[in-house]
Amino acid sequence: MSRLNNLTRGLIHENPIFVIVLGMCPTLATTSSALNGLGMGMATLFVLMGSNVVISLIARFIPDKVRIPSYIVVIATFVTIIDLLMQAYTQSLYETLGLFIPLIVVNCIVLGRAEAFANKNGAFDSLLDALGMGLGFTLALTLLGAVRELLGAGSVFGLQLVQGDAILVFVLAPGAFIALAYLIAIFNRIKR
Amino acid sequence: MLLTLMVIALAASLLLSFVYSSTKAPIDKAKADKVNSAIKAVLPEFDNQPSEAADTLVLDGGQLMLYRATHNGEAVGTAIRTFSKNGFGGTIELMVGFLPDSSIHSIAVVGHNETPGLGDKIDPQKSDFSLQFAGKRPGQFQLSVKKDGGDVDAITASTISSRAYCDAVQRAYTALQKGGAQ
Amino acid sequence: MEYLLIVIAAIFVNNVVLSQFLGICPFLGVSSKISTSIGMSGAVAFVMVLATIVTFLLQHYVLVPLGIDFMQTIVFILVIASLVQMVEIVLKKVSPPLYQALGVFLPLITTNCAVLGVAIMVIKKEFGLLEGVVYSFSTAIGFGLAMVIMAGIREQMELADIPKGMRGTPITLLTAGILALAFMGFAGLVK
Repeated sequence: MSRLNNLTRGLIHENPIFVIVLGMCPTLATTSSALNGLGMGMATLFVLMGSNVVISLIARFIPDKVRIPSYIVVIATFVTIIDLLMQAYTQSLYETLGLFIPLIVVNCIVLGRAEAFANKNGAFDSLLDALGMGLGFTLALTLLGAVRELLGAGSVFGLQLVQGDAILVFVLAPGAFIALAYLIAIFNRIKR
Repeated sequence: MLLTLMVIALAASLLLSFVYSSTKAPIDKAKADKVNSAIKAVLPEFDNQPSEAADTLVLDGGQLMLYRATHNGEAVGTAIRTFSKNGFGGTIELMVGFLPDSSIHSIAVVGHNETPGLGDKIDPQKSDFSLQFAGKRPGQFQLSVKKDGGDVDAITASTISSRAYCDAVQRAYTALQKGGAQ
Repeated sequence: MEYLLIVIAAIFVNNVVLSQFLGICPFLGVSSKISTSIGMSGAVAFVMVLATIVTFLLQHYVLVPLGIDFMQTIVFILVIASLVQMVEIVLKKVSPPLYQALGVFLPLITTNCAVLGVAIMVIKKEFGLLEGVVYSFSTAIGFGLAMVIMAGIREQMELADIPKGMRGTPITLLTAGILALAFMGFAGLVK
């Protein structure tokens, strides 16, 4: 039960975007379409899983004073790995997400989970936690991306649903803030 | 304390150099594929490897690449990788295909940072903007938007992107004339 | 002239927060009072310029010559993290009043993606050192401007009767959205 809880917690009750409101920069910047949101979410999921597992394994060997720098090194390593892999195999997505791939390293969610969960729990639980949080993040990003793409370009995942002109502003910067504002408001309402 | 940090850093760099060396070939290939597919998109059929014998030309503080294509040993055109720094979101990179009579065959976008839904219409997949250049000869066709007295229909609400696009094509033509003399 | 363009573009046209989405966390988190937002902006400006200089030198004189520029992310973030620590220690010794003003914000800066973002952007845009410094300083000004405007609005908003579901994060994001809309008006100012 508690194992299952580790997994599902991140999806809804502690959803990193809608409830804890962490990692806003990539959330707003990379969700101009559903596909971009999904790509960014998956990249973060990978880093989160890698760093959570490794940190849970090495946490007890690390003296408290160098804890944060060590975690940052671990996280940055996984970020660089995904950076190189995406460059090699998903070139066009890599170019769209651009700067925000290396910036996963400062995504508060990753360091936050390392501090709050991975350094006190075992590898398997940390993996579940990362999976839950990462999927929650991916879900939120994809949803936001889909909403913005639908309103701003009339399509979802590139599939044209509405013909003609759309409300362009939702694909642009202001639309990111506005769409997320309403999504969080709706989420708050549902959760209650 | 310092030892732990050193060990972690060492392990991290070892792992990274391993990943780096094993992804280096696919990354280079992905980049080359992108150039090759852009060349293929803007030129008629050819059977040589233009990207293996490219000329470079430095113009306005940037580098242009000239890829010459042949079919059965006969020149069928030149693809020129060009740029403009005046895009709305920064640099726009294009691949412009010229036929041997120096008319434009087709143009593809290699990279850009223009606004989605507005400036990104320079991409042939998003709008017909780039199709108006096909078959035009830059000597007779004024490469600037109609607002500036040229012959190009600008993208609605994206004059800056359209101007930058013309600027890049013009630069490619200049390069063609300079490089063609060789 | 070229520097002026960089300055205007970085402050208004490509405002770091409202159009590039960097440094959103402090923008949402520390912008409820004007005084704290000024303190935070000051600390960010300080670290950002310093980090840009150090990472620029490292990139061009260490990473690239050694052919290990794939280590960029890891090196840059460590530089920023240790820089923040160092600034904290030095400030404490040299200027206690300044430390008093900026101290609480310093630890938050390590995870401010604007700092790392600007450091990487300076490399990507192929700026020279001086251009990079001008760019990072103007970006910090842009960050400060967005923070102070936001804080001003939020101070006023405390008196407003906001619908229950919109209170907290949603209304803050909505305000940011309208601000971003206003900043879009600066587009085309340069060029």
